[in-house]
Amino acid sequence: MSDTAQRPKRKNPILRTRLPTLPPGTRSRVALGLTAAAAYGRFKLQVCEQCGAVQYPPRELCHDCLSHRLLWRIQDGSGELLTDTVLRAAQELFFRERLPWRVGLIRLDAGVNVIAYLHARVGAAPCRVRVETALDRAGQAVLVAVPEGGRLDLSDDPRLREFACDPRGRKILVSDGKSPVGQAVVRALADAGADLIWTGGAEPWKKIAGFEALRALQPVQPVPLDLTDSRSVRSLAGEIGGKVDIVINTADCHRTFGIAAHHGVETAQLEMDVNYFGLLRLAQEFAPALKARAADGAANAVAWVNVLSIFALANYPPHGTYSASKAAALSLSQALRAELKPAGVRVINIFPGPIDDDWDQLIMPPKLAPAALAGAIIDALQGAVEDVYPGDVAQDWLARRLDNPKALEREAGEGGL
Amino acid sequence: MNDLHTLLSRVVASGGVRLVDLTQTLSPDFPPIVLPPEMGQCRPFRMEEVSRYDARGPAWYWNNLSFGEHTGTHFDAPIHWISGRDLPNNALDELPVQNFIAPACVIDCSGEAQADADFLLTKDHVAAFEKQHGRIAAGSWVLMRTDWSKRTDPVAYQNLDDTGQHTPGPDPDCVRFLVTERDVLGFGTETIGTDAGQAAHFTPPYPCHYYMHGAGKYGLQCLCNLDLLPATGALVIAAPLKILDGSGSPLRVLALVPVAA
Repeated sequence: MSDTAQRPKRKNPILRTRLPTLPPGTRSRVALGLTAAAAYGRFKLQVCEQCGAVQYPPRELCHDCLSHRLLWRIQDGSGELLTDTVLRAAQELFFRERLPWRVGLIRLDAGVNVIAYLHARVGAAPCRVRVETALDRAGQAVLVAVPEGGRLDLSDDPRLREFACDPRGRKILVSDGKSPVGQAVVRALADAGADLIWTGGAEPWKKIAGFEALRALQPVQPVPLDLTDSRSVRSLAGEIGGKVDIVINTADCHRTFGIAAHHGVETAQLEMDVNYFGLLRLAQEFAPALKARAADGAANAVAWVNVLSIFALANYPPHGTYSASKAAALSLSQALRAELKPAGVRVINIFPGPIDDDWDQLIMPPKLAPAALAGAIIDALQGAVEDVYPGDVAQDWLARRLDNPKALEREAGEGGL
Repeated sequence: MNDLHTLLSRVVASGGVRLVDLTQTLSPDFPPIVLPPEMGQCRPFRMEEVSRYDARGPAWYWNNLSFGEHTGTHFDAPIHWISGRDLPNNALDELPVQNFIAPACVIDCSGEAQADADFLLTKDHVAAFEKQHGRIAAGSWVLMRTDWSKRTDPVAYQNLDDTGQHTPGPDPDCVRFLVTERDVLGFGTETIGTDAGQAAHFTPPYPCHYYMHGAGKYGLQCLCNLDLLPATGALVIAAPLKILDGSGSPLRVLALVPVAA
């Protein structure tokens, strides 16, 4: 097991807290195609529709036949490490602080040469490897080579570990631990080795047995938190804001109404108050301290997770106002992502399909179990992605949206999942 | 002395009258009524800062508030209940202002409520009260003292379990008696609601709301300091906000209590 298993040594308070540095983040528009796929964990390269040549680096015209019809296609990433080298000097501050750094030249079986970071488990060249993508701390796609047949385990590499947001050893705020999803997330974090889990709960007079049971978990510390109450959010941030390494916003108000079937705006306002304004309140109070601690030693502030919904991608009219509130939250999360990016703090959005809970009771299976959603959050934190579509329905929506967003709108509009 | 203000000030200053505040502080932490989540909800009290001597307003501090009409210490108008919906002058903006100052009878049920959270005030209790303190005069508030307001922990104040809320209140017969036999002004409690916590299961459901508002009577709830009032003799000032078609409102409730010489 990696050395992150041990609790990091406490910081020396007389030393200046380091400021975050980022790897080079500039990409051309076409190169962002690599990032677009890496954002949800896929490795895609351009393939020429005319002659079939695979392209690297990303470009406007085919390197072989000059066609402009280049389509991003998923790659299997297998190839041969031709040569490897170790960087021992760098002008970029990010690398300068982390030298030495090992990179290699890989001939992909698809026919192109790529330069990739080499995982610590990759042996000396020549050898077979598989290339995967990861998002680096600047939020851009990078290529990482792992031994053939292995899977990318970032925690297992002293350099690449920084690209992940591993909950192990970290102090984490879960904004609502009372819902089935919140309870499952807290349990999964405890299993994943979180050091401390501040578990938010609103309306203390409403007793939830599963929430009370979380107290038995060693890292769990229940805290009063109501995202509809600015004073509550501010007061908790004043108490623990400077210690939180990861925020996971599980707070969710889900009512199942469209427009015509439910008179008035009160219920929709409540949804917006939790799902949109709640995120805004949480971000205003907790994001500044996260940014300030983004390079604070081994247990630095690293991530912000939002539990959104596939209904943020296209409105599902039977849950019309809920969909709108989640779309608003998605939009705000993009602002939060942009504001946290200079610090290298990653914003991860989770887009689950219908969840196996009371509010999705009348939706037919398949439905996502809260524990499966929690597992997807842990995987995302241990990996290097920023958009997660857990479960079959979410994966299907992702594929349909990539294919034709207007068609997805029409299909959802007809009540189809 | 024809100046009422001077007169009243002198009476208070001389110690002849004590002013008692019967109002809970409006705060985001004060619990609202709990209803099943799929129903429309009473919005809890919330405050958002507009400015605090800062860039948003350099020399002034103020908040925007939001809350349901039935939040904190509040007044119920007859229009609140379906039984009172067709009465004349049933909404806050139409209520006769002379009703906002009225005498109060305070029935002490604190011992019973401490022994039994589901304690119900009956006609017999009222008869016992009248035997000791005299007949309840028409146009009086009847305030049910339970000392429930001393439960400062919101969890104990709500007192919910998996069969709902357990708080004291009046039984249906008692409410009918106060309305038809005594023609009271209204009924007031220290709990969330003029009805008992389990009143959804009574016949009719929520009898205090049903009969009181059906007869044009009022409600006061989430009161406090009822233990500082005499059984009779206090004058209650309870003037709700003048809200168009309003069904209720938070308000400051004051009692003037004569001090025995």
